[in-house]
Amino acid sequence: MDSQTVAIRQQAEIEHHEHEHPPYLRHHFETVEQQKEAVSFGMWLFLLTEIMFFGGLFMAYLLYRNWYYDAFVSASNTLGIGLGTTNTAVLILSSFTMAMGVYCAEMRNKRGLLISLSATILLGLVFLGIKTIEYHEKYTEHHIPGASFSIEDFTHPTDKRDVALAPDMAQHAQIFFFLYFAMTGMHALHMIIGISILFALLYKASKDAYTKGHTSTIDNFGLYWHFVDIVWIFLFPLLYLISRHPLH
Amino acid sequence: MSTIVRLPNQQDATLPKRSYLNSEYGLKSWLLTGDHKRIAILYLISITFFFFLGGAFAGLIRLELLTPMPDLVASDTYNKLFTMHGIIMVFLFLVPSVPATIGNFVLPIMLGARDLAFPKINLLSWYLYIVAGIFTVSALVLGGVDTGWTFTTPLSTHYLNTHVITAAMGVFIAGFSSIFTGLNFIVTTHRMRAPGMTWFRIPLFVWSHYAASILMVLGTPVLAITLVLVALERLFGIGVFDPSKGGDPLLFQHLFWFYSHPAVYIMILPGMGVISEVISTFSRKRVFGYTAVAFSSVAIAVFGFFVWAHHMFIMGVSNYSALVFSLLTMLVAVPSAIKIFNWAATLYKGSITFETPMLYAFGFMGLFTIGGLTGVFLGSLGMDIHLTETYFIVAHFHFVMVGGMLMAYLAGVHFWWPKITGRMYPEGLSKLAAVVTFIGFILTFFPQFILGYLGMPRRYHAYPPEFQVLNVLSTAGATVLGIGYLLPMIYMTWSLKYGAIAGSNPWQATGLEWQIQSPPPTENFLEIPVVDHEAYDYEWLANKTQHEVTTVG
Repeated sequence: MDSQTVAIRQQAEIEHHEHEHPPYLRHHFETVEQQKEAVSFGMWLFLLTEIMFFGGLFMAYLLYRNWYYDAFVSASNTLGIGLGTTNTAVLILSSFTMAMGVYCAEMRNKRGLLISLSATILLGLVFLGIKTIEYHEKYTEHHIPGASFSIEDFTHPTDKRDVALAPDMAQHAQIFFFLYFAMTGMHALHMIIGISILFALLYKASKDAYTKGHTSTIDNFGLYWHFVDIVWIFLFPLLYLISRHPLH
Repeated sequence: MSTIVRLPNQQDATLPKRSYLNSEYGLKSWLLTGDHKRIAILYLISITFFFFLGGAFAGLIRLELLTPMPDLVASDTYNKLFTMHGIIMVFLFLVPSVPATIGNFVLPIMLGARDLAFPKINLLSWYLYIVAGIFTVSALVLGGVDTGWTFTTPLSTHYLNTHVITAAMGVFIAGFSSIFTGLNFIVTTHRMRAPGMTWFRIPLFVWSHYAASILMVLGTPVLAITLVLVALERLFGIGVFDPSKGGDPLLFQHLFWFYSHPAVYIMILPGMGVISEVISTFSRKRVFGYTAVAFSSVAIAVFGFFVWAHHMFIMGVSNYSALVFSLLTMLVAVPSAIKIFNWAATLYKGSITFETPMLYAFGFMGLFTIGGLTGVFLGSLGMDIHLTETYFIVAHFHFVMVGGMLMAYLAGVHFWWPKITGRMYPEGLSKLAAVVTFIGFILTFFPQFILGYLGMPRRYHAYPPEFQVLNVLSTAGATVLGIGYLLPMIYMTWSLKYGAIAGSNPWQATGLEWQIQSPPPTENFLEIPVVDHEAYDYEWLANKTQHEVTTVG
């Protein structure tokens, strides 16, 4: 054993004796620091898989948007920009309350943490509520792809006069709405999963689980919540905003 | 330079009193375990089941192809047979084979860790695998799927009324099982290494698993979303992939092969890791060009992401993109060749012994080389037009996956079996099995190269009579191959109770997993080791053995 190895071993022993064994330190980790780093690294990797997951949908959307530009613009014009903007604001606000939650957990402020988590749940539910209203609108306007799909209320994307729409407009618009529902639906599914986890976190936080120094669960859930938020930040302009013209 | 290492006397080896196998008893202690070694055993059992199920379909396919006329099964049944064979073998056997069993068992020990970073997620990954298996088997029991394992659209979305969604759900869930395994391996490799275990001291087995894990984590989600789109399209009749409704079937091919080409590297890379360990151990020599082999794994992972369109040369992609993808396909052969050359150089002047794992490893090197080189044929644009969708491609794929990966899997299972169970299998019988497997394999798949070259298309259950001789050879070979696979199953089960006690390091290998008792204790290391030597340092091992006070075992 050379001197360097002895040094490493001594170092390891010192560290071994120095660190305390809090209850949340899992048996297979040597130190709290190691556990924290591993968990946070794992979370980032998971978010990477999520990016690839949504990436497939974005790829399909960009391809068809290029191919069927007119149909996509007309269909995009029928989306309610007011509701969409409100929802964006609600979601950004929820990311703020979530960030406040992380801060409160670090400051060991239990009351603040509980309030922040509850606010995040509330804002998440408001988002889903507004999304439901939007989906319902699509239902009444016959914009859900399938047998009853109709483009009666579409206007010609460039010509304001009463010009006939292209004959394949209906099918291409269906692809738009299919991708709209697939993308926002997948996003909403992530919100629902997130809100369910938030309820569990709220319960555990009320038992002092995250205000005694062990904050990494809250930190990592925060990462997830912000990720879902960012997905929406990309969805909103792509689906609602770009190439938008005022109707009529 | 190789070091002669005296093999320990196994007569006086005894089983340890306490190990991960007897620390707890009862079904619950297995089904709710967080121990990576027990999860590896759970995987081993379930994977073996699906391997033989998939193998049974292969047997039926070969039996049908014994005669030119369709006489054993109807044509749509035949379609279901090869589809189920493909889905089960690719997603439920090859992808998890080495990583989830051997990787799960030895990767944390090789790094000097007590467990993987996320034991619960590891267990969750096994449960997901089982749910995926249930979905796949239900698709089978309910009446089967006949899309082929590639789920080609719009065939799968609009023209078939078989259980496509159920099977796709199975593959979707199996994908998440594989994502979680990959995620666990990456985090463990980064954050759980023992003191002194630097990146260039970790065994090559870990490097190749690391590279495969990158592919699992980045590729699999794309397959998942693609299958979601296929399912939605089937459910609602939308035309994202249907050209008659304005959709683009090529988009499906791009998304599918974006995962499924890297997936073949997910399958083969862990096998290459096994071969590095085995070749080094049985030639008692450090792997030649350790750094080159380590980086070639990563290079395969990186290049592997940019070659997917070589599956689509005949599907109408532009000539320019075909040209670029053909070139990139040639490039990916380079790191694979680096590995083969370095293993050969490792053997040079080594003191080689021919234990069973080594025989399988030799099988791997020969068969993988043939499989890899025929891959270069298929990657060349002109050749591909003629050979794709013929038996040539079937033979190529099976040379790489069965001749390569399955050989590596069996090499690994034989190599680490004494560590996993603490007992040896019968040496003579296992050598016989290795040889039988090799002969059976060549007999099964070599005639298929010729068949493909002569123009026999794949996925048909009837063929012109002039192809019969070669098909009979292939079917005969499949029978031999089947025996070759049944043998290990039988003697390994036998060895669980009657095998000789192995002792902690029967092969005198250098990995950390061989420095602890067999079977290992639940916590792997009573004290976390401090690593002060390079990987594959046989002189270090010889010194250590000389100065050891206690006897082995």
